[in-house]
Amino acid sequence: MTVLWLAILFWGVAWGANIWIAGRVKAGPLRWVPPVLFGIAVLVLWEGAVRALGVPEVILPAPSVVAATVAGNLGLLWSDFVQTIVKGALSGYVMGCGAALVVAVLVDRSQLLSRGLLPVGNFVAALPIVGVAPIMVTWFGFGWQSKAAVVFAMVFFPVLVNAVAGLAASDRMHRDLMRTYGAGYGPTLFKLRLPAAMPFIFNGLKIATTLAVIGAIVAEFFGSPTRGMGFRISTAVGSLALPMVWAQIFVAALAGTTFYGFVALVERRVTFWHPSQRVRG
Amino acid sequence: MKDKALPVLAVLGIIVVIWYLAAVWMNSTWVYDQAGRAGTAPGFSEVVRATMALERPLLPAPHQVAAALWDGITGEAITSKRSLVYHGWVTMEATLAGFALGIVLGVTLAIGIVYFRVMEATVMPWAVISQTIPIVALAPMIVVLSNTLSLGEALGLENRLVSKTIISAYLSFFPVLVGMVKGLRSPDAMQLDQLATWNANGWQSFLYLRLPSSMPYFFASLKVAIAAALVGAIVGELPTGAVEGLGARMLVASQFGQPLLMWASLFAAAIVAGMLILHVGALQRGADRMMGVRP
Repeated sequence: MTVLWLAILFWGVAWGANIWIAGRVKAGPLRWVPPVLFGIAVLVLWEGAVRALGVPEVILPAPSVVAATVAGNLGLLWSDFVQTIVKGALSGYVMGCGAALVVAVLVDRSQLLSRGLLPVGNFVAALPIVGVAPIMVTWFGFGWQSKAAVVFAMVFFPVLVNAVAGLAASDRMHRDLMRTYGAGYGPTLFKLRLPAAMPFIFNGLKIATTLAVIGAIVAEFFGSPTRGMGFRISTAVGSLALPMVWAQIFVAALAGTTFYGFVALVERRVTFWHPSQRVRG
Repeated sequence: MKDKALPVLAVLGIIVVIWYLAAVWMNSTWVYDQAGRAGTAPGFSEVVRATMALERPLLPAPHQVAAALWDGITGEAITSKRSLVYHGWVTMEATLAGFALGIVLGVTLAIGIVYFRVMEATVMPWAVISQTIPIVALAPMIVVLSNTLSLGEALGLENRLVSKTIISAYLSFFPVLVGMVKGLRSPDAMQLDQLATWNANGWQSFLYLRLPSSMPYFFASLKVAIAAALVGAIVGELPTGAVEGLGARMLVASQFGQPLLMWASLFAAAIVAGMLILHVGALQRGADRMMGVRP
């Protein structure tokens, strides 16, 4: 029981430190200390509780066991990661977002279509598109192609809706100015309207990162080759190999966060001019 | 009204036309194969007709899906396990339970974040990270866990419902949290000062200023949250061994090669989503009226 009390003590100390830091630090690199400390405190409490209370591994493995599983199965985790994230999610994400942007630019030329597409697209974006996973698996087989297709279907509408809304977002005054310069459709699109649409487009792209990872994993529940994160999770759960499941969750979390963080970083570079990206002084 | 409906109808019309063309194109290979085996050479119009009436088409034509959907909804008693209404209800139950739990969780966390600086510094980054973790990776484990721990029996509910509810709540709490934090912070300094002048205490300024001004944000986030909750419920049904619910129906249909049933379940899920969103919208309008918003 001492372990548990020590863990709880650690939690208390960390929380106190966080209150102290949060009250003083508003900006700068130190603002990352509270969340990191919080994460560490959760892990310590988890480890302590599992050890002290003797929680069986089939219910909740301790973080140290999960870490050992990750370290011991790097090759397996890597091949699952490549199969699901790189081949399935990333390729579908690139194709889906690319297609959505092209369609948005095409649709934008017609008043009728762009006005009609927003409500329809908004509705479709709210539908449970994961449901197309079994259909895609029957169409494209068990390989990564069907996963990419599911991801394509899932990311297409959120990106499309945001891009169409973004293309309509440029200022009337700015458009008039472009016309005064004698700019045609092409230059106006590339020099004014696409840059002005970027905050909207990136909003869609960020939503799509999470959807892409979800889509690729869910599609594997409907049939997959004998590797991939979704496949590994469902078989590991079946044999109650919970440390393996948590190891996969760890990889999925890492991949999802990195993916999102990367897109957010690109957004900061591309839309540096937008008020939401300006560094608060 | 008219100039709003026309563009939507045009887009829907284009989608249906593309769908029909795709159905003819995708199913024609099979029709030609069959004809080749039978030794006949069908004309184009015969092929088109045949592609629309296959029993196991690659892509069923819209009217086939509509027929299967109508059959699933009205063809059976709604208590039958073959009825889509029954399965839709099972899914909706979990969705609503998860939605409710997600709202409670999201609002509670949002209040904590707005009032305690330390909560904002520690919890907010993790709430964002929690959404980049694909919950579906956790789904099978939540299902197994709630079965082994018999969480449901302790609460007098079915274990399956509990696991689906947890997954739905996980997906739906985040939009509520973000919306509520924004909403509770939306009163400006002048309004807060006004309440201070009136000697309002913290509880009163919460009840009379922050809470009412957060309502538009709250309802906007509810629409996102209800859609996320439905996705959670459907995903939560997949690893449970496909017993009941629309997600289970899709899994069974895909395993037994019944594309019509699969598409009908998919559209049933879309109808459920539409109904839920409409209801949230109606709720919002009701709340707006109660609070004196004039359109």
